[in-house]
Amino acid sequence: MELRSYIIRRLLLLIPVLFGVTVFIFGITMLFSPIERASLYIRSARQMGDIPAIIATYGLDQPFWVQYGTWISQVFHGNLGWSSVVNMPVWDAIWNFLPATLELAIFATPLIILMGVFLGTRAAAHKDRPLDHVTRVGAIAGWSLPTFWLGLMLLMVFYGLFRGLLPPDRLSFPMNLLVNSADFVRYTRINTIDAILNLNGPVLLDALRHLILPVITLSVVNVAFIMRLMRSSMLESLGKGYILTARAKGLSERVVVNKHARRNALIPVITVSGYVFAAMANGVVITETIFTFKGIGWWAALAATRLDIAGVLGFALFNAVLFVLVNLVVDILYTRVDPRVRLGGVMQ
Amino acid sequence: MTDWKFMARQLARNPLSLIGIIIIFIFVILAIFAPLIAPPQGYRDPYMIPRDGYSATPQPPSEEHIFGTTEGQYDIFYGVIWGTRSAFHVGLVVIGIVVVIGIVLGSLAGYFGGVIDEVIMRITDIFLAFPALILAMAIVTVIGPSLKSVMIALIVVSWPSYARLIRGDILQVREEDYIEASRGLGASSARVIIRHALPNAIYPTLIMASLDIGAVVLSAAALSFLGLGAPEGYADWGQLTSFARNWIVGPTAEPLKYWFAVTIPGLFILFFVLGWNLLGDAFRDILDPRLARR
Repeated sequence: MELRSYIIRRLLLLIPVLFGVTVFIFGITMLFSPIERASLYIRSARQMGDIPAIIATYGLDQPFWVQYGTWISQVFHGNLGWSSVVNMPVWDAIWNFLPATLELAIFATPLIILMGVFLGTRAAAHKDRPLDHVTRVGAIAGWSLPTFWLGLMLLMVFYGLFRGLLPPDRLSFPMNLLVNSADFVRYTRINTIDAILNLNGPVLLDALRHLILPVITLSVVNVAFIMRLMRSSMLESLGKGYILTARAKGLSERVVVNKHARRNALIPVITVSGYVFAAMANGVVITETIFTFKGIGWWAALAATRLDIAGVLGFALFNAVLFVLVNLVVDILYTRVDPRVRLGGVMQ
Repeated sequence: MTDWKFMARQLARNPLSLIGIIIIFIFVILAIFAPLIAPPQGYRDPYMIPRDGYSATPQPPSEEHIFGTTEGQYDIFYGVIWGTRSAFHVGLVVIGIVVVIGIVLGSLAGYFGGVIDEVIMRITDIFLAFPALILAMAIVTVIGPSLKSVMIALIVVSWPSYARLIRGDILQVREEDYIEASRGLGASSARVIIRHALPNAIYPTLIMASLDIGAVVLSAAALSFLGLGAPEGYADWGQLTSFARNWIVGPTAEPLKYWFAVTIPGLFILFFVLGWNLLGDAFRDILDPRLARR
């Protein structure tokens, strides 16, 4: 089975999905009258008089497919409308707020994978013993935690009880001033990385201090998920013939579990990474809102409560495209790690 | 059916699922007897939480308000008790409708295959291309925030997975002899699907779906928390939690002064979801024969 033809086939399959996604998003806007839709492009109250002109420019009184054509070509040119809550084009808002969200993801992703895999392996190795039961209950509880409530509880303890130990926001006020001053070069606008590149210890520490709680809040649900998956995958793997062989060879239990069993057990974890991505995208909206961590999730939630339709729909479209691409990468990775899939050629 | 007896025995043997059942049972009691536990006052809509004044600052638990009052003097006890009803309402309606849509579209796709299958599955692809909560948020924003919008949004984002599951179930039994036989006897497609294919295929899926009530309520609470759900003052756990957002930190002398406003509504959500998930976890083990053997 040729990997290249597989990738090409998968890319072709993306077209109908992305077409459907855009038609759906555009279809939602069609619930509004042309005047209301024109207001999605309006930048200030002074432009109210221009509504007929905007309707004409974007052809908002044309039939559905004509309008869809105009809209999609605008989207390809980077015009997703005007986000009124932050007073900038939707695309600029995404670009502007993305680094903060990336920063959360950079810290949360390794934490989720390492914790989930480690705890899942331990649970499987201790099947039906106390450690297994504890992690099982922990996983179900973590899975059931309302993320927004967890965030508030963490703030109550670490910001309230411990007098501002771990505060909300991205940086404290003086550090924020420093970061935005001329002395500090913002290479990536990801605070921790910029602090390292600027060799600025205090900013790095301050940024980390603000990251701890949001990262925990964002990770708990996914750690629980990966842990349970890893456990059952490990149990399956531990029952295989090659484990018996490894044990018969006299290998230590540690080597058997950590090398032979775990490597094969990781495959299902890779296949669900698309799912974990979606859970994190959902979680980011809640987490960033609670901690006023101003990333795209914070912006989207604000847009949703202030009827900034262009902002919300642009955000949804952005996430859908990203999610579809992540799933593509996951499927390709899957064929790399599991030779059986590559040889089988039964990929759908 | 011996299947059911077997299942009941398995559930009773597992302490975690027993705890789950007890938790759910308590919530059912709370929901049914809400008018007795927290009697509504006067002629107003019983789902609107009574207020004791209009001051913003939450008041600590007292004899009159045993869980205290939250921002805007809404009684927390009344809110969480009637919130149990709202939770069941949202959960049952959403799961009920989603399962019906799933059965209809899933069995059409699975039974007939071909173009019908292709069309339905490509439509599910579109909905599954979005992270669920984000799509739900967009839908609620467009149709206007309300509890009804939240339910509509959750139905829109969750039917595709059920349609897919049920399609898979139907595919498994489609080629069985008894389906062939009844088709051979001249039964209509509708009869074959309803009388033969569905009953033999979908019970496990239906059970798992019904246990998703916890997950649905959690999503609804998240949307409510963001301010996209019920109108202000409606008994709803998510909204009660969001009322506490400005009161996480108390005055310097008493940093945990408003703990009750933050903690109590969230605990109700946590235990409700936990109950369903404990039961779901036990069922997954019973229904998955690969795991049962181990």
